[in-house]
Amino acid sequence: MPKLYSGAEIVFKCLKDQNVNHIFGYPGGAVLPIYDELKNFNSIKHILVRHEQGAGHAAEGYARSTGKPGVLLVTSGPGATNAVTALTDAYMDSVPLVCISGQVPTHLIGTDAFQECDTTGITRPCTKHNWLVKDINDLADVMHKAFEVATTGRPGPVLVDIPKDIQFQKTKYKSYTKEKKSNGKSHNNFSQKNIDDLIKLISKAKKPIFYTGGGVINSGPKASELLRELVYTTGFPITSTLQGLGCFPADDNQFLGMLGMHGTYEANNAMYSCDLMINVGARFDDRITGKIDEFSPNSKKVHIDIDPSSINKNVKVDLPIIGDIKSVLTSTLKTLNKSKKNFSKSNKHQTSNWWEKIQKWRTKRSLDYIGSEETIKPQYAIERLYELTKDKDTYITTEVGQHQMWAAQHYKFNKPNRWMTSGGLGTMGYGLPAAVGVQVAHPKKLVIDIAGEASILMTMQEMSTAVQYSLPIKIFILNNEYMGMVRQWQELLHGKNYSESYTAALPDFVKMAEAYGCVGIRAKTPEELDDKIIEMLNTDRPVIFDCLVDKQENCYPMIPSGKPHNQMLLGPKDQKEKKITGKGRTLV
Amino acid sequence: MANSKSAYSVAGKKQKFNTHIIVVWVDNETGVLARVVGLFSGRGYNIESLAVAEVDQKQNISRITIVTTGTPQVVDQIKLQLKKLVPVHKVADFKRDDKNVIFKEMALFKFVANNIKLSKALDACKNFNPVLLDKTSKSNVIQITALRREIDNMTKNLKKFGLVSVSRTGAVAMTRGSEIFK
Repeated sequence: MPKLYSGAEIVFKCLKDQNVNHIFGYPGGAVLPIYDELKNFNSIKHILVRHEQGAGHAAEGYARSTGKPGVLLVTSGPGATNAVTALTDAYMDSVPLVCISGQVPTHLIGTDAFQECDTTGITRPCTKHNWLVKDINDLADVMHKAFEVATTGRPGPVLVDIPKDIQFQKTKYKSYTKEKKSNGKSHNNFSQKNIDDLIKLISKAKKPIFYTGGGVINSGPKASELLRELVYTTGFPITSTLQGLGCFPADDNQFLGMLGMHGTYEANNAMYSCDLMINVGARFDDRITGKIDEFSPNSKKVHIDIDPSSINKNVKVDLPIIGDIKSVLTSTLKTLNKSKKNFSKSNKHQTSNWWEKIQKWRTKRSLDYIGSEETIKPQYAIERLYELTKDKDTYITTEVGQHQMWAAQHYKFNKPNRWMTSGGLGTMGYGLPAAVGVQVAHPKKLVIDIAGEASILMTMQEMSTAVQYSLPIKIFILNNEYMGMVRQWQELLHGKNYSESYTAALPDFVKMAEAYGCVGIRAKTPEELDDKIIEMLNTDRPVIFDCLVDKQENCYPMIPSGKPHNQMLLGPKDQKEKKITGKGRTLV
Repeated sequence: MANSKSAYSVAGKKQKFNTHIIVVWVDNETGVLARVVGLFSGRGYNIESLAVAEVDQKQNISRITIVTTGTPQVVDQIKLQLKKLVPVHKVADFKRDDKNVIFKEMALFKFVANNIKLSKALDACKNFNPVLLDKTSKSNVIQITALRREIDNMTKNLKKFGLVSVSRTGAVAMTRGSEIFK
């Protein structure tokens, strides 16, 4: 007779078969049987967080920096609802997560039992799919299916809700063998004709641009390599979304910087004026397109994406190619090398005028700022941080706000999976737990959370997790005492009415670091900044770095919402001429 | 779909709305209807009517028929988003004015009136396959099958014959001829 396993054991056997090494979680009544089983599975390490949202973001950081799905384990009721923000965040940014939640015993479901909530109902709109397991015999299949759904096609979060009585019940467990065939929901069915059409467009283009996004990163490191090869072969300029940073080296001459609301002048103008836009794994988000009706009016648009519903959702495209970036780029390169051997040479002449124009835009130097010797300019702090860490293989996470945009603009990424930020949902408090997850996955690497003082307070408790597991994360706070991005909008669009955007009673972050049992460092002047950063880098414990920066600094360049790409606000000088008035005010 | 209420952008140019009938084949499992309907409400799509029932007991397949309105772009999105749902097998989409597709709704009418009016009521229904399901000396229950607009008109016109209660299904659809949707 085959051995019988409890539901709790099956959960771990499935995790083991899925090669899961780390789970992030928080125990509670409805998951106690699972926690009881933890001791019998040595290959799986549990990281105890301080709040379920932290578990979710840590799992996201883990997933984004490794390409493997992140796993979190939470209890019923508040455990599950606390994880909702992280699940939604992962859904927006296409991060593969598997959330296992406990549920009250099946006979109590629907009775408003203690710590009961309709978890599958609540998480339905923020997961790719979710399951309530009501029969022990379904558990193993559901668990494996969960991993499959989370990681195939466009990745995303899934949730498996397991009632407590199911965790106790026993059944057989059949070893899992990964099926080769797809579940019918992943699409990789582009044709050679698509590729031929693309090459035709590429060879005709006089003003081309690559517009790349997080899809390249999700497709794996190989996709980034292929992208580099394609960009070098064609000699075309390339710009990237926030999520795509790192798939092409930021210090390369062909890279125009990030595009969109806080993108560079050259990237946005190139997007506006191009005649061929090749979107590789990006989704025409509203922060990228600005005013849709005037978005890149004269270009042929190609969209390579694995998710058919991303095609024509916001912007109508001329050539959709539905498939995995890696496969599409492989075919494109193969065809290009075969049919047009000397493409790069013959093409250079065709795009030389375009490059001249781009160079002209570059002379605007849109990321420049006015330096200071008295106060630390936030851009300067990021620049110094970059200079002092660029020789290490550094992983950067961020919170959400001005500091996030400055990090994206001034920290130069050269490799994929090194940049973890909440783009779609814009979750303040993402960066610290994400850094915990990244450090768990890469214990020997340097992991820095570039943070704002307002965001960091939202998930501050996870410092305790970092200390418990000796995770030497560095929290680099650009402290301007304001919710900086809110303050910036209020200054530009609401007549400097700084309604509730100043934090009057901030904690002393150095003392706070000490209270958590880690190291606190404060930098007040540009002069001492380098030394303090080096001190931080030389500390092999978690550090909270309180960098006191200019309180009034704004993040430029900027496209006010509702404006097209060619109407940007540049630095302080330019502002007087282009004040945001009338309708634009309501749009932010 | 109504104008975008997004705070982040200006609504683009308005396009023409069309009525479409979307047919979805799904696994008949707990919560599947909520997934489909939740997708519509969550993304701001309209549902004009909805009909759902299991059609294949062996394979556990339900067929959901949804009447919706939207611009061509929105209707495309509806189909593509539906196809992403895990329990969805296939999605068909028909324009309401498609001559190759039969659309039908069923309605039950209850009349309370004298005999003369009751027989007039039955007579008025004669173009819509009336079935007399129940009859007493004071009342009638009549079933008809017709198009949505026809039933709309009937409910208005039959008031004078003592129509007191109406119950109707959503539209269901089937292609004409020997073709089936794969």
